[in-house]
Amino acid sequence: MAQDLNRLKESASQTAGPYVHIGLTPNFCGIEGIFPDDLGASLVSDQTKGERISVVIRVFDGTGSVLKDALVETWQADAEGLYNSPSETRGAADPAFSGWGRFPSDMESGEIRFETIKPGPVPFPGGRMMAPHINLWIVARGINLGLATRLYFGDEEAANAEDPVLARIEHRNRVPTLIASRDGDIYTFDIHLQGEMETVFFDI
Amino acid sequence: MKNQRPETGGFFQRDRAWQPPALTPLYKTSVVRSPQKAPIAFPHTPSEITGPTFGHGILGALDNDLTLNHARSGESAIGPRIIVYGRVLDENARPVPNVLVEFWQANAGGRYRHKKDGYLAPLDPNFGGCGRTITDEDGNYSFRTIMPGAYPWPNGINDWRPAHIHFSVFGHGFVQRLITQMYFEGDPMIWKCPIVGTIPDRRAIEGLIAALDMEATVPMDARAYKFDIVLRGRRSTLFENRMEGN
Repeated sequence: MAQDLNRLKESASQTAGPYVHIGLTPNFCGIEGIFPDDLGASLVSDQTKGERISVVIRVFDGTGSVLKDALVETWQADAEGLYNSPSETRGAADPAFSGWGRFPSDMESGEIRFETIKPGPVPFPGGRMMAPHINLWIVARGINLGLATRLYFGDEEAANAEDPVLARIEHRNRVPTLIASRDGDIYTFDIHLQGEMETVFFDI
Repeated sequence: MKNQRPETGGFFQRDRAWQPPALTPLYKTSVVRSPQKAPIAFPHTPSEITGPTFGHGILGALDNDLTLNHARSGESAIGPRIIVYGRVLDENARPVPNVLVEFWQANAGGRYRHKKDGYLAPLDPNFGGCGRTITDEDGNYSFRTIMPGAYPWPNGINDWRPAHIHFSVFGHGFVQRLITQMYFEGDPMIWKCPIVGTIPDRRAIEGLIAALDMEATVPMDARAYKFDIVLRGRRSTLFENRMEGN
């Protein structure tokens, strides 16, 4: 026997369930008057620096049906590539941009649509730069442990080609599952939980 | 607030043998919502190490009291009155201060205030079902609520959820993000539930069962349950190469 390391185990995850809105977006599901607003419902204000963009996300199951009960949280750097977080050591992020959003799928269309700014590049360990990206965390009924993925931008071809995370994807035909297509100021990103077009998820 | 150097190390690898797998056929909804390909790992970058923060200023006076925060003046929610308290810790057994903890639950009859819930049990006009708080400097949190009811759900022809409270917890890094459910000590329904059963290790399930704590009760008012939550631990940066500017 050796000494005990005295570490704890992470609490086990359980599904967010079909009623996740009650806890995380109560105003969205008609429970008004408890919290003034749903947290993370909007990302940008007039003061936020950077290029305004719209993002449309849909989440599909293995049958090709769109989820109408998913919830996606977004976490991104500001226009200069800095995170608004105490753990950010490289500088002070734009105080008018929290970088975090929380968006439930529309209960009829399944669509998620939000306004944000295009993030700047963020370094990978060792100093190489990653292409601009938005970190996504997806929970829903039937998802036992929240799924992590990233949204990259289709018009950043050169940066995407150099991105050290995308470079880790052995099956190159899966890389496009992480790249949102641009049409005007709107980026569209479809997440497939399963099937031939299954999105790359991360073990991070 | 203590003046401490922010922690910037990467997080411990998640133990995927301890966490529920994506595909758990006895919980039927997981079958078409479970990725089938292996998730891809990479070393943590600022995108994983950083995370959002929430100030105490977002909290209203009744945010941590579900017995009152949706109740008419002078009234309160129906059900056994309880206090749920505990700490948010990391895998190094250190407290995680100043993080947002959100919770939601069914009412005492097992009915959610949600248009997708058609269970026979009635809504309680004085119960909304959600609350939130932020941990203090020692990682402590607490809230008041009523004991939620068990309820049937469409999975097998006679599956029931044990009484439970949903928890959403933030850490200091976005990859510490966790959603889970708290169960109640002594409930025989826990071991019959297909959603509980997605967790492969019995010890991990026991880690989600809150303990009745008679010493923390408020006599003639509410019993207390203790529920600690553990988030992923963070490596020390003591011996790591400093990135430029660090």
